[in-house]
Amino acid sequence: MTYVSSSPSRGLDVLDRERLASFAPPASHASPTSHSSPTSLRPPAIVETSTRRRRRLGPGPAIPFGLQIGPIALLLTWTAGSTFGLLDPRILPAPLTIVATFGDLIADGRLQSNFLTSSVRALLGLGFGIVIGLLLAVISGLSRIGEAFIDGPIQIKRAVPTLAMIPLLMLWLGIGETMKVTIITLGVVVPIYMHTHNALRAIDERYVELAETLSMSQRDFLVQVILPGAVPGFLLGLRFAVTLCWVSLVVVEQINATSGLGYMIELARTYGQTQIIIVGLVVYAFLGLASDGVVRLLERRLLSWRRTLAH
Amino acid sequence: MAPHARPLNAVEVRRLTRRFGEVTILDNLDLEIGQGEFVALLGKSGSGKSTFLRALAGLDYEVEGTGALRTPEKLSVVFQDARLLPWRNVIQNVTLGLGGAGREAGRKALEEVGLAGRETAWPIQLSGGEQQRVALARSLVREPALLLADEPFGALDALTRLKMHDLLRELCTRHRPAVLLVTHDVDEAISLADRILVLDQGRLVEDLTIDIKGRRNHGDPRFGAIRTQLLSRLGVDADDRSAA
Ligand SMILES: Nc1ncnc2c1ncn2[C@@H]1O[C@H](COP(=O)(O)OP(=O)(O)OP(=O)(O)O)[C@@H](O)[C@H]1O
Ligand SMILES: [Mg+2]
Repeated sequence: MTYVSSSPSRGLDVLDRERLASFAPPASHASPTSHSSPTSLRPPAIVETSTRRRRRLGPGPAIPFGLQIGPIALLLTWTAGSTFGLLDPRILPAPLTIVATFGDLIADGRLQSNFLTSSVRALLGLGFGIVIGLLLAVISGLSRIGEAFIDGPIQIKRAVPTLAMIPLLMLWLGIGETMKVTIITLGVVVPIYMHTHNALRAIDERYVELAETLSMSQRDFLVQVILPGAVPGFLLGLRFAVTLCWVSLVVVEQINATSGLGYMIELARTYGQTQIIIVGLVVYAFLGLASDGVVRLLERRLLSWRRTLAH
Repeated sequence: MAPHARPLNAVEVRRLTRRFGEVTILDNLDLEIGQGEFVALLGKSGSGKSTFLRALAGLDYEVEGTGALRTPEKLSVVFQDARLLPWRNVIQNVTLGLGGAGREAGRKALEEVGLAGRETAWPIQLSGGEQQRVALARSLVREPALLLADEPFGALDALTRLKMHDLLRELCTRHRPAVLLVTHDVDEAISLADRILVLDQGRLVEDLTIDIKGRRNHGDPRFGAIRTQLLSRLGVDADDRSAA
């Protein structure tokens, strides 16, 4: 051993100091004397550690009601602006007016019936889109022949924005429900297909090797390895799909609709009823948030085997 | 060493050659492994140990080569990483591909590796050593006639590795599979194997039968002698090392 001459005990000290320092509160680092002269070195105080410490990196502990703070602040500002006459009610009516309009619309049944029409459109489009997208992704992800036939057309479809196809689809399908649901479906298919197909193709080769050494059957390989491995990709696609579904809904309801939330908003615009427009937007926001919540719930159920930074 | 005396060998390898491009990694190898025999394969890094093991496991697709192989139908591989499916819980990983029928056997295998009660844990919730024990249980439950292991303890700390040695020895005494254990750890090879091979330049340059009966003690002078011999075969001068 050539390094015997350097004092081993001192080396240990330095190590321990560094280790302990990382547990100490940052204030101890600020002390100017602690690093100035090696003779005055005092070991940092031993600090109590809780049994479940938080990560040092990462966003830190959640603030209670953290998600609600921003919207509430916004609502208060809005109320104040309306109360003190800073907001013209034709531009933005007071929150209370909106609530009253809400009540009126529910009382005469307009809100419910329009809401129902819109929800059915969105859910049908989303449902068909998910089923078709998944089916195509699985066929093209699991067979080369399927890929040869399916992948190219989908890539071309992806290059054409769905909403640009509205005129053509109107000529083909008329302006009824079929056209509307078809547009939403076409929008949803793409992200579902893309992300699921990607995930199916990106399966870790080590697991394929494992399946071979275990002599798994084709069916078991599919059910135990390939499909569960692609679930995270599918869920990512689903997120995009849900967003796209609402966007498409809004667009198809503002052209040639005679019912639905978008129609209600469009009608209110022609009569200059700002408060009804806002009610419509609030309902859209609620639908968006609710569907996002459903996707999150699904993620938590399906991906419980994963440990993530969030929560 | 007269393997011909055994009735039927678990593994027969004849003139096995494997090449990557111009480089010959395995050069006309011959080998027999008897039923229930525990063989350790040593060799420098890059000497072709994994290539050999993958050939035995039938995993060397698209690798150029010739030669004949006979391995048992019931063959199990333990990889360096535990290779558990993260989206299947412990018992599902153990009984992968066996269906519900394997469940009871799977539970027993988990008990054998000391993981009773952890059936429904996710792989990510286990330590590295525990994951490797699940992988062992997954192999065991298939009752292999040949167990192929490529540095199965390479990623574990020294203490866990010693515990895993005890476990593996115990499991092998009970189930008697033939074992080919690839390792870079000479002590691991000596304390576990009945027979030690050294691979160098594509050939088996050493075939040593270890007949230390009972528990093998590092302090045993025979252990030291074998160690010195193997280390020099591997191009490491043991005397230099102990002096350092
Ligand atoms: N797929 C491959 N293509 C080209 N060369 C390869 C390939 N796999 C391995 N080799 C080469 O073959 C040689 C033997 O590799 P192998 O993995 O069998 O070594 P090893 O003895 O297992 O080494 P280690 O102890 O480091 O794991 C190495 O020189 C390596 O570079
Ligand atoms: Mg290797």
